[in-house]
Amino acid sequence: MSADELTALTVKEASRLLRLGSISASDLVTAHVERIERLDPKVKAYLRFTPELWEKQADEADRRIRQGDAPPLAGVPIAVKDVLCVRGVETTAGSKVLQGFRPPYTATAVQRLFDAGAVMLGVTNCDEFAMGSSTENSGYFPTRNPWDTARVPGGSSGGSAAAVAAGEAIISLGTDTGGSIRQPAALCGVVGMKPTYGRVSRYGLIAFASSLDQVGPFARSVDDAALVLSLMSGLDMLDATSSGRPGMEVLNNYGGGVKGMRLGVPREYYDVAGIEAGVKAAIDAALFILQREGAEVVDVSLPHTDYGLAAYYIIAPAECSSNLARFDGVKYGLSEVDAPNVTELYMQTRRKGFGTEVRRRVMLGTYALSSGYYDAYYLKAQKVRTLIKRDFDGAFEKCDAIVSATSPTVAFPIGSKTQDPLSMYLCDVLTLGGNLAGLPGISVPCGTSDGLPVGLQVLAPQWGENVALRVARAYEEASEIRAEVAEVV
Amino acid sequence: MPLSEDEVRHVATLARLGLEPGDEEFYAGQLSGILGHIDRLQQLDTEDIPPTAQVVEVASRLRDDEPRPCLSPDEALANAPARVGGFFRVPAIQEEA
Amino acid sequence: MSDASWEVVIGMEVHVQPRTRSKMFCGCAIAELNAPPNTHVCEVCLGLPGVLPVPNKAAIEACLKTALALNCDIPRHTKFDRKNYMYPDLPKGYQISQYDLPMSVNGVLELGERKVRIRRVHLEEDTGKLVHAGDKLHRAWESYVDLNRAGVPLMEIVSEPDIRSADEARDYAVELQTVLRTIGASNADMEKGQMRVEPNISIRRAGSGDLGVKTELKNINSFRALHRAIIYEVERQRQVLEGGGTVAQETRGWSEAEQRTFSQRSKEFAEDYRYFPEPDIPPLELDRAWIEDLRAALPEMPAVRRGRLAAQLSSRDAALIAADRELADLFERAVELGAPAAAVGGWIINEVAPSGKLPSPENLAELVKLVSAGDITRDQARVVLAESVETGRTPAEIVAEHGYAQVSDESELRVLAQAAIDANPKAAADYRSGKEQAANAILNDLRKKAPQANPKLAREVLLELLR
Ligand SMILES: [Mg+2]
Ligand SMILES: [Zn+2]
Repeated sequence: MSADELTALTVKEASRLLRLGSISASDLVTAHVERIERLDPKVKAYLRFTPELWEKQADEADRRIRQGDAPPLAGVPIAVKDVLCVRGVETTAGSKVLQGFRPPYTATAVQRLFDAGAVMLGVTNCDEFAMGSSTENSGYFPTRNPWDTARVPGGSSGGSAAAVAAGEAIISLGTDTGGSIRQPAALCGVVGMKPTYGRVSRYGLIAFASSLDQVGPFARSVDDAALVLSLMSGLDMLDATSSGRPGMEVLNNYGGGVKGMRLGVPREYYDVAGIEAGVKAAIDAALFILQREGAEVVDVSLPHTDYGLAAYYIIAPAECSSNLARFDGVKYGLSEVDAPNVTELYMQTRRKGFGTEVRRRVMLGTYALSSGYYDAYYLKAQKVRTLIKRDFDGAFEKCDAIVSATSPTVAFPIGSKTQDPLSMYLCDVLTLGGNLAGLPGISVPCGTSDGLPVGLQVLAPQWGENVALRVARAYEEASEIRAEVAEVV
Repeated sequence: MPLSEDEVRHVATLARLGLEPGDEEFYAGQLSGILGHIDRLQQLDTEDIPPTAQVVEVASRLRDDEPRPCLSPDEALANAPARVGGFFRVPAIQEEA
Repeated sequence: MSDASWEVVIGMEVHVQPRTRSKMFCGCAIAELNAPPNTHVCEVCLGLPGVLPVPNKAAIEACLKTALALNCDIPRHTKFDRKNYMYPDLPKGYQISQYDLPMSVNGVLELGERKVRIRRVHLEEDTGKLVHAGDKLHRAWESYVDLNRAGVPLMEIVSEPDIRSADEARDYAVELQTVLRTIGASNADMEKGQMRVEPNISIRRAGSGDLGVKTELKNINSFRALHRAIIYEVERQRQVLEGGGTVAQETRGWSEAEQRTFSQRSKEFAEDYRYFPEPDIPPLELDRAWIEDLRAALPEMPAVRRGRLAAQLSSRDAALIAADRELADLFERAVELGAPAAAVGGWIINEVAPSGKLPSPENLAELVKLVSAGDITRDQARVVLAESVETGRTPAEIVAEHGYAQVSDESELRVLAQAAIDANPKAAADYRSGKEQAANAILNDLRKKAPQANPKLAREVLLELLR
């Protein structure tokens, strides 16, 4: 089997070949490492590699496979976003402020994939502290879209999305606070899923906005995303917000097809400002296919959509302004420890360590919480969050799942939005509602516009991952559109 | 509501963010633009709407009072930028008057 | 205070470390005072990135018990909030505390007739410790951070400004400590920093309704220091005001060495804590059944018991014993078992309390009865008590073994006395020739040979025989 074929496999395909003994975990790793060496200088999906891990884990996988007790992900090469801590591996949240930080613990979501036999190839690039929609805010370098390296991969989990799209990993992990999994999945033409808030433990996830963050997978098929999600999910006593619901429930009848399901199309999403014609056309085609498969498409409304972005850009920065206070140069990371006094230590360390977008959001959040402004901004945003949640509750009385574009646009040229933060924020206008309401959402490839991938977003009620997966899988099957591996040029 | 350069300075001080020359003007402009969009929230009447801080169902996940192993002092200080013996070292705590 | 036309107004803020084995939000064991730095820390209490707080059930239980003992209301919902400020002893850059939905509100602590209203009792986490290299803090050239205490649970007990004197403030603190120990919520040892008392003090013209500018006092580590610090501070404020000045609202430290308060610079130049709900901990809905179980299980409050003991003991002895739940239990059980109350009280205060070792009520009652019946001497009883506490054996057994039982039987005493006289012919002759004190020599000889002889009776018999 050719190296290119080995790096285009899904988990299902790879597992079959591994169990048949026609390939070994080490072969799989080698094929990926070679492709990474060839392509990643162009894509720049990875920040760091973890050979000590992939050697150990691949050998272990091959041993278990030989013994015939291979766990579900035995030998599957994965990439991990730089915000998920891995014991002994430098983890920096894409920020200079954490340069050199090696956590003495591993994030629960990652550990569960390790326990399932996954083989870690490396750490992927992202926007600093996951703040961004293009991976241009990385403290290190921007990542390129494998389909057009002059364009962004989306973000903040751009490195993880690009790695799977470029055949540099079969599975990768990202995090989604306002769309940071779904939007890059859409722009890179892969499957990306954000679970219900509380489904996957946040332990070991370097927080951006604690009440919105969730960990989720990137994959080349809905089946792979479903499998990986089910393995990561479930109660973790180290996260007081993690749910006791069994992880396996995300798989309940998700192969059942859409016949008889009611799919809601929110007019505020369908006609969202700035949506590209090509994107709209792809969504129309997708809706046609879903109807052909027996789904009923119904009009729904999310009346407070126009306020979502505003509420989000108070709540997320407010939480991040507090979450990032620990980066003070005292215990780890960058430090101006020889400053004349502690105040200067803080001021200088955080001036040098944080990039523009992080500083912008920390100031915005600090302002929104500061005395005199709390009620007008933070409290107001929390109340609007309630209204947005109620919008979804109302919509889900009329439908089983909500479908829309994931991003109003396809991948945009690097540098085209960096001067205008608001235009960048608008990339998440269709995804951040799901975070504010804590809903599960998935983005699946649904064709292209000007040769660039378009993503179809499916949102379901809280704890309805299986419903979102069911719609996504039915669409994937009927459309015969697969997440393909980009021939990076 | 536009943000003045003084407010930027005040907020940056609260957040312990050192500013470089010109930052006040830069961030005052950018934050004012974002707040200009955010101010649409004021159009909504939220008089009797309860706030949502967390979307997870009200749970009382408590931990039993069982001690778990701590980090070894070396693990605890492994990432320390500066240490003296078993301590993290910081500069003098010089408060502004 | 010299000038009677001033009224003192004091509110108390007390931080108490509940009795737990692990920290508030992580599994680290609570460090001993002298533990080496950073030996009781983990990724959570170090504030490493990506880790999360999970509340300690025992800390919440201790806080609820305290709230119930102080007659507080416990709202249906409570939540944790973040208090944001950056300081090197605060690893996360915020303290997890409680702001607008504390664990409990509206309680009261009774000091005799005086009632001090309790505004709130809430839970939070302690900060780490800073060691400053250099003489005074403001001259330190660098500081060292020890995070062993970071994340240790603290209950914050805030009173209304109902206290009117240094004496009342001390009584409040002492009574609070007694209550906390009685319900087992905390050891509340001030020297060990398990109980930190911070009075807010202001003075106003007697009769005036409005409050003066208050100062908050810190670094007080004994009841005595509390009393002195308040007296000093009240006098300081009086002099400032009578000198036409104004009291600055500030935090002042008590210097034990200099016996005065001094102005402490505030931690932050622009203080604005930006409280907001802790998103990592969902709001708590406390199980009402649990709360009712805790309420039902609360022991009798010391004030009530003091009242009851005062009926059987001097009010001083009653207070001493009621202040310690174990001693009070011991007293009441022993008296139930028929031992005379006054004697039991005496033995507990003079012998048991100082030794710190408690006998069983049965053994104490038996011992006190033996002494009161004159079967053994006090000296013997002390030995018996000590042995009984060590071995758990009953005083009767021990007395028998030592042959302590006193001989009070006249015929037996005659034999012993005669033997002593025969053994000391010269002393006997001297006595008979008028040297009264010579009898003592014989009596001492008798008691050396027969320590179990009842001294009083033995003397009578001896003198009779000598006549
Ligand atoms: Mg406090
Ligand atoms: Zn700890």
